[in-house]
Amino acid sequence: MDSRTYIGRVRGLGSAKHGGEHWLKQRLTAIGNVLLTTWFVLSLLMIPSFDHAALAQWLAQPLVAVPMILMIANIFAHARLGLQVLIEDYVHDDGLKFAAMTLLNFYVIASAVFGIFVVAKLAFTGAPA
Amino acid sequence: MAKNPNRPLSPHLQVYRWSPQMAISIFHRATGFVLATAGMMTLLWWLAAIGGGAESYATFQQYVVSAGADGTALQMVSNWFFRLVALAVTFSFFQHLASGLRHLVLDIGAGYELKTNRLWASVAFIAAIFATALVALFVASRFLGVL
Repeated sequence: MDSRTYIGRVRGLGSAKHGGEHWLKQRLTAIGNVLLTTWFVLSLLMIPSFDHAALAQWLAQPLVAVPMILMIANIFAHARLGLQVLIEDYVHDDGLKFAAMTLLNFYVIASAVFGIFVVAKLAFTGAPA
Repeated sequence: MAKNPNRPLSPHLQVYRWSPQMAISIFHRATGFVLATAGMMTLLWWLAAIGGGAESYATFQQYVVSAGADGTALQMVSNWFFRLVALAVTFSFFQHLASGLRHLVLDIGAGYELKTNRLWASVAFIAAIFATALVALFVASRFLGVL
């Protein structure tokens, strides 16, 4: 058993060398999101028709499918970082915090993979009739 | 670590008067949460409905966009629910975008003077409300037949 205080245990060890990583990733994904969501909103406003056939044709184009996949990945990466901070700030019980963080990871990874798969499948194989 | 829940606490948020700078901070978190959950789930449903074919897209339209005159009660309720979601997500998008851009400016060390800071916090709110109203008018006139 180590009877020292938390601060006593880590004092003198130096930094963990990834203190800036979360902060920097949040900003980089934020800049990516500004570009990708601007593309997405402008595209939505310019789509001539919201019929299924027209949308499927639109989404299957490489120049739409690729930014859409990038946007899904980037948004969920950014959301993962942001919601992590919410959990760290507002969930104080260690067990609950662990559970919330696990759920968050499941949520963002499952959602991102689902979205990317849907777009890729449409782009590669086309929409079912 | 001794945790006594009855220990005296220093005054917290409730002693301060609300200012735009405070509001924008908590709004950034709240709108981020809305976008990450309601926004992204609706977007994924939309994409999956497009990928799933004409029939699944028709289901999405009936529940999310508009069920038309012969829609079921559930679809009508769902339509109004998603109209509110759309409004919340649209506002959240512009609010999070505006306050996010403000954060990027603050990150390079600019805009901390009290008056400047207050001004740009207010501008972010006004810009978000204005952009949301613009999109709502556009959607109402183009898709809902209002106006």
